[in-house]
Amino acid sequence: MKFSEQWLREWVNPELSTQELADQITMAGLEVDAIEAVAGDFSGVIVGEILAAEQHPDADKLRVCKVSDGKDEFQVVCGAPNARAGIKVPFAMVGAVLPGNFKIKKAKLRGVESFGMLCGPDELELGESTGGLMELSPEVQVGQNLRDALGLDDKLIELGLTPNRADCLSIRGIARDVAVLNGLEIKTPDCAPVAAVNDDQREITIEAEADCPRYCGRVIRNIDITRPSPVWLQEKLRRAGLRSIDAVVDVTNYILLELGQPLHGFDLAKLDGGIRVRLAEQGEKLTLLDGQELELRADSLVIADEKKALALAGIMGGKESAVGESTKDIFLESAFFAPEKLAGRARSYGLHTDSSHRFERGVDYELPLQAIERATRLITEIVGGEAGPVVERATSHLPEPQQISLREARIEKMLAMPVPAKRVEAILTGLGLTVQSADGGWTTTTPSWRFDLAIEVDLLEELARIVGYNNLPVKPITGSLEITAVPEGRVGVGDVRRRMTALGYQEAITYSFVDPVWQKAMFPGVEAVSLINPISADLADMRLSHWPGLLKAVAHNLNRQQSRVRLFETGLCFIPGESGLQQEATLSAVLTGNRTPESWHGKGERVDFFDAKGDLESLLTLVAGRDYRFEAAEHTALHPGQSARILLNGEEVGHIGALHPSLSKQFDLEQAVYLFEIKLAAITERQVPVFHTPSRYPEVRRDLAVVVDRAVAAQSLLDMARKAAGEHLVNLNLFDIYEGEGIDPQRKSLAIGLTYRDSSRTLNEEEVNESVGHVIRALEEGFGATLRN
Amino acid sequence: MENLEALADEASQKIQAASDPRALDDVRVAYLGKKGAITALLKGLGGLSAEERPKAGAEINRVKALLSDQIHARKSDLENAAVAEKLAKETIDVTLPGRGVDGGGLHPVTRTIERIEAFFGSIGFESVEGPEIEDDYHNFEALNIPAHHPARAMHDTFYVSDNTVLRTHTSPVQVRVMEEREPPLKVICPGRVYRCDSDLTHTPMFHQVEGLLISQDSSFADLKGLIESFLRAFFEKELAVRFRPSYFPFTEPSAEVDIQCVICGGDGCRVCSQTGWIEIMGCGMVHPKVFEYSNIDPDKYSGFAFGMGVERLSMLRYGVNDLRLFFESDLQFLRQFA
Repeated sequence: MKFSEQWLREWVNPELSTQELADQITMAGLEVDAIEAVAGDFSGVIVGEILAAEQHPDADKLRVCKVSDGKDEFQVVCGAPNARAGIKVPFAMVGAVLPGNFKIKKAKLRGVESFGMLCGPDELELGESTGGLMELSPEVQVGQNLRDALGLDDKLIELGLTPNRADCLSIRGIARDVAVLNGLEIKTPDCAPVAAVNDDQREITIEAEADCPRYCGRVIRNIDITRPSPVWLQEKLRRAGLRSIDAVVDVTNYILLELGQPLHGFDLAKLDGGIRVRLAEQGEKLTLLDGQELELRADSLVIADEKKALALAGIMGGKESAVGESTKDIFLESAFFAPEKLAGRARSYGLHTDSSHRFERGVDYELPLQAIERATRLITEIVGGEAGPVVERATSHLPEPQQISLREARIEKMLAMPVPAKRVEAILTGLGLTVQSADGGWTTTTPSWRFDLAIEVDLLEELARIVGYNNLPVKPITGSLEITAVPEGRVGVGDVRRRMTALGYQEAITYSFVDPVWQKAMFPGVEAVSLINPISADLADMRLSHWPGLLKAVAHNLNRQQSRVRLFETGLCFIPGESGLQQEATLSAVLTGNRTPESWHGKGERVDFFDAKGDLESLLTLVAGRDYRFEAAEHTALHPGQSARILLNGEEVGHIGALHPSLSKQFDLEQAVYLFEIKLAAITERQVPVFHTPSRYPEVRRDLAVVVDRAVAAQSLLDMARKAAGEHLVNLNLFDIYEGEGIDPQRKSLAIGLTYRDSSRTLNEEEVNESVGHVIRALEEGFGATLRN
Repeated sequence: MENLEALADEASQKIQAASDPRALDDVRVAYLGKKGAITALLKGLGGLSAEERPKAGAEINRVKALLSDQIHARKSDLENAAVAEKLAKETIDVTLPGRGVDGGGLHPVTRTIERIEAFFGSIGFESVEGPEIEDDYHNFEALNIPAHHPARAMHDTFYVSDNTVLRTHTSPVQVRVMEEREPPLKVICPGRVYRCDSDLTHTPMFHQVEGLLISQDSSFADLKGLIESFLRAFFEKELAVRFRPSYFPFTEPSAEVDIQCVICGGDGCRVCSQTGWIEIMGCGMVHPKVFEYSNIDPDKYSGFAFGMGVERLSMLRYGVNDLRLFFESDLQFLRQFA
């Protein structure tokens, strides 16, 4: 909502500067977003009249004009295509100063002397360039200072109104708040009834009673639509960003801005019989004022005559019945449409108009009568005509004033300060409520324009707002010091993040919606959650994994001369499943490039699978004591020979591996990339340590080198060895792997160290030998292992 | 005995001339060893008269002790020299960089959320999370934003289906907390939120921290006190803070909170659009209808809620001038917050 300060001051004029006024209403909840001057800073510009315009002898595009200031004539050379005799235009005389401190001097243009300059709106910062001169209304007086003629010493104040304050979508509404804030009265314009000069009327039938609780109409005959709107009216509309069209449209727009009542004028000649306010027939056609042809739905309210739909009620008029150059008689509409019925309807047709914006939020339901009288007065003043009587129809759905009780004690409780009863009454009365004392408080009745007042707390807010939030007390926070248990078994996601940063990973936050192309390539056959209205096609699907986002981040950095990238991310992944959508908190990481930053030591070795696995294992030490396993398993996004799943108590909780080379190629990643991903739930719970007495007896270690087929997984061999070794084994370590000379090329040698100890005695040779024997036999039987010589 | 003196001199010279422990040992053997020259002299004492023997013996032993001391001293010198040489050889350029890994770092959004959590955690607020794909009921309806309410236009909502959305704020988490627990309540809800909007100053995903306090006697004054303390603690500055009436369907009275511009100190600059104030968060007393949806008695309990944009706080705190940088994952940007 943008309004002219001058216009507001016609209604209520507090002794405040523009800035003070803006601050005051901002602090009362009508936030001022911007203040701008109506016109640029200029002086010495008057209303000039072009008496004659002739071709410049030496320049095709210039004209030599004779311009009058009402007394004398001046020769002015002008390049505007619309410079012609008979029009009134802004005339910057010699000595004038235009915006940007541009001084107008006597000049010679292609040999012809020019005394001043004729101006377009842009040159005076009055509006966008029209490509020519600004043509002023014929009414303005030649020779008058332009600033006075148009009242340009004015500011435009732009409000960012919250949706509850529909009552402030008009000068009247803002004036009401300003009046209460300053203890002033508002000056109301003349809305007295205009007496009918004939009995000309159209029947009005409201069929959709709930949608349209009130409808007023009036016939005005014999208007002269060729008569332009007066300067003051045109200027007020221009400042609100509206173009003058004709007096009927201008007046309806004016009333919308001034009183907040949307009106509509129909060309009476286009109406067949009476007005019917009804729901549309499914598929009924209507061409709107903006030329758009709509196919209506049955839930839409229309204004119709006996044959056809004329307008989309409360949203936009129809083209067919619009007032135009040939209009002689009009039918003026002023109605109240129910906000809850109209809500969302304009948007459902892709429309949003000044009218729908107001009706959706609530227009004063007692306003239609006043507005139609004021509009009639203005229209007949400008274009003449004879008004018939106002026909009003109302239904039982008309809203009623709300009774709200206000408890005095509640004021003190909520605002933490008492507000004197007199002040309470003055504020509420000023806002238009009727207030009566009641036991322990007041009984109030809301005004017809405040749709946001329904319960007690609404009134508390009004009091707080007018008293001023900054005048309410401030209390330091207090409370009882309760001690809550801190579960030691929980590992915070903060600990997880810090471990990752200690391992050299940088945290990334990528969008939760990803490129469906990338995601489908990584997870073919998985149906991700899609957005109905994505911001763009490459951010259309909810992520199944952080990997697509992290890979894009890797690509971004590789393209910026960063060859060593380690990133991790935590957050939800959105995984559809048989039991519904899982929103799974996950940790993922990606690494590529050198193992260590380039340095004087080392040879710049590239990371491989075991760097990724080592980092993940380091992370898993946060939750020591839980049974994790890695198991070779294919994954559509991973290299089939370098891919494992992570199991916790036998349940899959994550994956690790090298990005599948074909995906690297598809994503233009020229170096090997390693990835892992694990459910956060799997690493945020740990065992609280359970103490075991350290053994005072020595440990015994035996090393074995066994030769097995290359395909044997080390983990399964170790598992079997552990199982066979018995209870005294305290540590089992794989310390060497050998393939090559001296070994069958199909086989490999694994060297394992077995450490034995008992907590209560020294183990003897025989016991240890027996256990090692069990291990050897188990490995022979299980894997065809042979001892290496 | 002249012979003894000459022998001692000769031995002394050889001791001093020995350049390594082995050469020194050879000298020792040659003079003091079993077959050494001095030892031979001692053995020869038997050939002397009983009168001469003690004197000569004492002389020889004196020389033997002298040489032995000299050998020890020389040995020690040689060892010290060897250690010194070894140390010299082992000297390195200690200014070369170490072999450790370079550390990573947290995202500035995480840093900011952790700061906020630390502040509220210290006064007993628990941090709670919830789903990001949310149903219409929790995101809108239970927060007093019915279908077609104009306030829905304030949220450019991403839809997953007719009644499922990407949450537009973290307030639905508060609803879930109110459904599951009994007051009094003190929670904050950090997390990702989504709005269908993307330009210089909007990203379709960003982060919020919202907070909720419900007790039997909370008032607007408590809300003001808490928010002022938080903002001053967060920016580590005695900032001016002002509360401005605003509108949120789920609170009443509702307020926008402005702080004195942290860039220009309130004099007016580009960041604060020359006003000297920066809009930093929204807050208000919990609306009775919200209580009713969650079956909390609004006459018994009162409470307040507040919400802030994490990126905005982060930008002001660290001076980041482009919101979009937060989600580009550019290492040049991220490493600044390590």
